[in-house]
Formats: sequence, structure tokens, C-alpha cells
Amino acid sequence: MNCTKCKTKAVIGLPRHNAAFCKGCFNGFVHDQVARAIKSEKMFGKEDRILVAVSGGKDSLALWDILLKLGYRTDGLYVDLGIGSYSEQSHAKVTKFAEAVAASHGAALHLHTVEQEAGAGIKELAQLIHRPTCSTCGTIKRYQFNRVAIEQHYDVMATGHNLDDEAARLLGNVLHWQEEYLDKQGPSLPASVAGFAKKVKPLYRLSERELAAYAVLNRIDYIVEECPMAKGSKMLQYKEVLNRLETESPGTKQTFYWGFLEKQSKKQPTETTMTEKDRAVLHPCTSCSQPTTAGVCSYCKMMARAKTVVPR
Amino acid sequence: MQVQLSHPARTVEVKGPKKVKELLRELNLVVEAHLVIKGDDLVTEDEMLYDGDQIEIRPVISGGSPRFTPHVSRLTSQE
Repeated sequence: MNCTKCKTKAVIGLPRHNAAFCKGCFNGFVHDQVARAIKSEKMFGKEDRILVAVSGGKDSLALWDILLKLGYRTDGLYVDLGIGSYSEQSHAKVTKFAEAVAASHGAALHLHTVEQEAGAGIKELAQLIHRPTCSTCGTIKRYQFNRVAIEQHYDVMATGHNLDDEAARLLGNVLHWQEEYLDKQGPSLPASVAGFAKKVKPLYRLSERELAAYAVLNRIDYIVEECPMAKGSKMLQYKEVLNRLETESPGTKQTFYWGFLEKQSKKQPTETTMTEKDRAVLHPCTSCSQPTTAGVCSYCKMMARAKTVVPR
Repeated sequence: MQVQLSHPARTVEVKGPKKVKELLRELNLVVEAHLVIKGDDLVTEDEMLYDGDQIEIRPVISGGSPRFTPHVSRLTSQE
């Protein structure tokens, strides 16, 4: 198989684009897809300061690498969840990338350790407060990413969600007819109220396989093991189903998610509507001031509960 | 050839020669969910693999947060 562009030996075939690329042309393809996402969704400009949420996995480290190479002003934030050796390994991968690659671009790495604040790692904390681990993890990560972005005056927060993540999430929402979640499935969410950072997903045009290939080809050392807490999750099941469909019918995932985005954009002017909706229901948490629909936000409630049940 | 697999980590011996796509089919693995690495190099589905090659089949799926389920609190989130 030869590269569609330069006709040298290809290293990856992309059936959904009816193309194959060598390393150089594939890197160009990936950078172009991210640049298109940033421009078409008006995510950020070269003058903006961007906080990249990094986990040690392929997607977030690839995102940081791509944004640095495209010349954007980025720093990273790693949240140490305290999941035993998994967190130790992922922390080491992030630190290695920050020192070996990001530092030479002048980028810094922020760190938040769940155990320092909550008194326990995510698994123990979830058990003690009787909540699902993935739900506890999601609440903590979203809160901390937003907190650091606001406190450190970043213009936007970027996450490594890819086409597979978004297509699987959309499939889950559609299967359960959770229409209220669909408005917020776009790749660019505005800072709708004071206290919320703008959030973007610059990798939504790239599949997991393409991002793993980018990491391998560019010698990005990432954690290959999946999170031990995620085993058997619905998200993984939906991804497997979509990948079987994609293998049989290339382009299924992008047709599904991009088609949804196109329909949403024609249906309503989402940014205004979303902002208006948020302003109508959100107000500052009485404890921490982050926006919430309740008096005290879910994160502060969780931490208050942790203080009463976690042995110190 | 020796084929290294993940989730769980294990090594299996597979008789060559055969193409990458035939190897994946034999192991009942979906192309879209895996990368095949020969030595240090990524290879395409039509690449021929031979006895003596060191092969890694790396899964690409990650993540598990059930962000669409109703019990996930959105009180402090835009997602």
C-alpha cells in the first residue's frame, strides 16, 4: 500500500477517507484535521492561552503535542486520581512528555492530586461516599479542570475527546433518548456564565485509531492500559459496536457524529440558546462560587461528605 | 511469528507468512480497534508478515466515563 499523496510506502490506511499515508503525510493530515476543527468551530486563536487536560493516554498527549507543533500557547493539567499503579504510570508518562517535549516550547504542567484534597484516591472515595467510581471521577475532573482554567486565567480548556468518544456518547444518548444532553455534545462549548471556562474538543475529527497511530509514529510514550475502573463500561461497549460497523462500512462514525453536528447547527443557533439556558438556571455555589443549579455544587457536597467519612 | 497482545497482556505464536488483515481475522480482532506494529514500525493491512517477525497488536480503545447517563451530576459541568 502506497501513500496517496507522495506514493512512498504507507504506514497506515484510512478507509473512511479512501486514503493511505506515509508518516510525513499522515502527520500533515492529522495537523490539518485539528486546524480545520479549531477554525470551523472558532475554538481559539494564536493569542489565546489554552489549558490542555492531560491524562497520560494517547489522545490528550497527542493533543498537547499537536497544539504545540501548530504554535499554540498551551499548558497542561494532570489530575492524579490515586488509582494505584495505574495513576503512578500515567503520571510518569505525563511528566516525561512535559519535560521532554512541552518544556522546550515554554509550556508548563499543573498538577492536582485528589488524595491531598479528599483524603483518599478515587476508588476508595467513591466507595466511602456510595457513588459510582466513573461518576465521582467525572465530577472531580470537570471541577478541577474548570477551577484551574478560571483561577489561572486561561482563555479556553481543551480536552482530548476524539471522534470515537463523541460518536459513542451520542449513541448512548440516542439509545436512551436523553435529548437534554444533545445540546451540549458539540465540540465547542462557550463560557456561558461567569465561573465557567470555554471548553473545546479539537480532536473530534480524528478517530482513536488515527490518534494511537499518531502517538506511535511520533514516539509519544503513552499509557496503553485502559483505566481499571472503566472495564465493562457502556462507553466501551458502544465503541466496540461502532468499530465493528466502521470496519464493515468505513465512515460510519463520522457520518453519525458529524451528521448530528450539521443537523444541530441548522436546528438552532446553539451558542446563544445554550448561554441563555445556562444563565437562567446557574448561579454561584455558596461554598466555592463555581456555577451550579443547586445551592451548593456537587463537588463541594462530595468533599463535605468525604470529610465526614474518610479516615484522616 | 511472536504476537504480543494486550488486555490482558500475553504472547501467542502464529504461523507465517500471512498478511496483517489475515492475522487480525485469525485472532478475531477488529481492524478499526487495533494497530499492528512490526518491530518499531506501524504496518498496513496488506503488509506480509513472516515467521521470526516480532509483532505487537495494540488496542486503541480507551475511556469509560458514562457521561450520558442521567445519574451523572451536571451541577458544576457544561458536559
